[in-house]
Amino acid sequence: MTQATVALSLEALAQEYELRTAKVTRRVIICAGTGCVANGALKVHEAFAQKIAAAGLAVAVNLEGEGEGTLVSRSGCQGFCQMGPLVTVLPDGILYTKVKPADVDEIVQTTLVQGKTVERLLYVEPRGGRKCRGCEEITFYKRQQRTVLKDCGLIDPEDIREYIHRGGYFSARKAWTQMSPRAVCEELLHSGLRGRGGGGFPTGRKWELAAAAPSLKKYIICNGDEGDPGAFMDRSVMEGNPHSVIEGMMIAARAIGADEGYVYVRAEYPLAVKRIRKAVQDATAAGLLGPNVFGTGGALEFHVMEGAGAFVCGEETALIASVEGHRGMPSPKPPFPAQSGLWGKPTVINNVETLATVPLVIRDGAAAFRKVGTAGSPGTKTFALTGHVANTGLIEVPFGATLREVVFNIGGGVSDDNGKVIDDGFKAVQIGGPSGGCLTNEHLDLSLDFDSLKTVGAMVGSGGLVVMNKHTCMVSVARFFMRFTQNESCGKCVLCREGTKQMLALLDDVVEGRGTAETLELLSTLARAVQKGSLCGLGKTAPGPVLSTLRYFRAEYEAHVFQKRCPASRCKALCPPRILSEKCKGCTLCAKKCPASAITGEPRKPHAIDAALCVKCGACVAACKFGAIVR
Amino acid sequence: MTTVVGGPGLARKFEKVCQILDRHQRNPAKLVPILQAVQEEYRYLPEEILTYVATSLELPPARVYGVATFYAHFTLQPRGKHVVRMCDGTACHVRKSAPVLEALRNRLGLSEEKKTTPDMLFTVETVSCLGACGLAPVVVIDEDVHGQMTPEAAVSLIEDLLAKEEGSRL
Repeated sequence: MTQATVALSLEALAQEYELRTAKVTRRVIICAGTGCVANGALKVHEAFAQKIAAAGLAVAVNLEGEGEGTLVSRSGCQGFCQMGPLVTVLPDGILYTKVKPADVDEIVQTTLVQGKTVERLLYVEPRGGRKCRGCEEITFYKRQQRTVLKDCGLIDPEDIREYIHRGGYFSARKAWTQMSPRAVCEELLHSGLRGRGGGGFPTGRKWELAAAAPSLKKYIICNGDEGDPGAFMDRSVMEGNPHSVIEGMMIAARAIGADEGYVYVRAEYPLAVKRIRKAVQDATAAGLLGPNVFGTGGALEFHVMEGAGAFVCGEETALIASVEGHRGMPSPKPPFPAQSGLWGKPTVINNVETLATVPLVIRDGAAAFRKVGTAGSPGTKTFALTGHVANTGLIEVPFGATLREVVFNIGGGVSDDNGKVIDDGFKAVQIGGPSGGCLTNEHLDLSLDFDSLKTVGAMVGSGGLVVMNKHTCMVSVARFFMRFTQNESCGKCVLCREGTKQMLALLDDVVEGRGTAETLELLSTLARAVQKGSLCGLGKTAPGPVLSTLRYFRAEYEAHVFQKRCPASRCKALCPPRILSEKCKGCTLCAKKCPASAITGEPRKPHAIDAALCVKCGACVAACKFGAIVR
Repeated sequence: MTTVVGGPGLARKFEKVCQILDRHQRNPAKLVPILQAVQEEYRYLPEEILTYVATSLELPPARVYGVATFYAHFTLQPRGKHVVRMCDGTACHVRKSAPVLEALRNRLGLSEEKKTTPDMLFTVETVSCLGACGLAPVVVIDEDVHGQMTPEAAVSLIEDLLAKEEGSRL
């Protein structure tokens, strides 16, 4: 095959899509990410197809033939999950939120037929109550800078033609046909792109290492094992724009000389698995992958592998062990995977978001890429904004944006336990999940980038941002993460395996009121030992949440230990039981059971607990037959 | 629907696993996908099947057992007909997933150690982050994701399933 005929085929596919959509005058996009599907998006999609036809309008649901009238399509995650299902009407630019199948008829009649807006389905800003007609008016979207996520939520992720129509695979073609492997590596190096999976290692450097390794067989692996609880950036990219990941892998393969690749996806993300599988199939069917990539004679083949539920497999050497059919345990570096990876061959492992960024770097060039972000951390970063924040969802901002911008402007402010926005409710943000640390009031104006976060004991990590309000107990948050890492420790290194277990036991002592001054001392000594004595990132970063909460919220630990009090009233063992006098029958059972004789009262009259004597054992709560004693 | 636990005879059991092994060219490197397929078929990893897989792949049984016990998705215990998975990710945790889990376990008489009901109808497990953090707290029952759960809402989902099971038995 000559280059010209292959070159034609990309344009031909794009043109074919152009022809099929030439008579499409309107587009209704239903978000079909995990969140919206859970809320019934697929039924909404079905209802649109039916109701539009019932209204006597032309409707196209798939583009098997030529589409006409209104095209009803599905998209990947639009990032605004709590407002789902989301429906976008183009070119009107209207975004409807929380759409139920029952609302569809009204949308068809009002918007599609009469060209008016259904006011009641518009998004209302949590502050000020302003109604927003579309994305441009919604602060959550307006203040973001979406580049990697630009097409997520717009294109149909299961239609390769639409991706190509929007310029997809042109970067891969450029890399394969107009650039030498060395030029591709250099472009990446100049762009300063750093790995989005957590470590922030320069992608170009990784590629250069693998490119220089002498071997005929090399592998490219996409790390989609997004295990950080509270993060879903990679899920959204794989669901919303899977071809961008495949294209990034193709460019990486070109740079290092790989002819085989694996996409390793968490099995907890069934929709992402499905879409990535389809993307690989479609790219192979279109001839983009196969024995003769872009007519260069180079071969490239990709496989998809599902993870089996092990957080440690996000570590690259553990991931390789898992692909090889072993327990996912890390091995010492060096040798680095770039020198000796899968089956002992040079292997590059890149994170999903990193790979999805690569085509943009090749398309626009390193200089353009560097214009966004900070000098040390160029480009944009996606974050999963969750927890006690008005707008939870997926966001993308340039590196260097401040926490204040993210939480208060894009996030719409801190919310209470019922989701209501409260002023002055901000306490902390946990960044980087179980490996990261917490940021507090004093960090609100800190630039979010790889280097400045490191200076305050936190890390970008994969990009999970969990906002916590004033009613959150930081000790129990630290305990939550410690339980997670303890559970996920693979057991290879003694300090990680046993150290995390002991740290968890010490934290249990603190939250259950058994802590002493020695507990805190031991906790921080052990934390530093685990950091030093562990082989991989999991153990090295596991003490992060404990150390950073000890650093910024020491007073809270001390209240638990010395005053046996949980300032946020979250730790049950430290919250004295209360007697609800309206429910208390005065049966005296609790007084008899109380080991500290802290309960007094006359028979058949409401009893009372003397807080000074109470040891908070909970015996009274268990004894009461009327549910009159609560914590 | 997959095979009912303990239902088919041993011969049929091994027939299925042979098909799975053949589909993966009896390649020891495909051990994880093979075990995933076995678990999908049998709903858990029966011990005799693990031994069979080890023999067919010419691997030591310890290696297969090691992999089967390493990954959280694999279970060596039979699971109930309905699998209820409570997300225990950070976002769900700060939005109070613990009381929801407690309510589910209380309703079914289960605990952290006891995951499956004696009648084999329900298994309640926790799972680390399903990535649906915008809907926290999240419960997945079989394949359906239910977001913004409260203890009451979660229990009523169980009641619905129980009523359906009761109905099908009559």
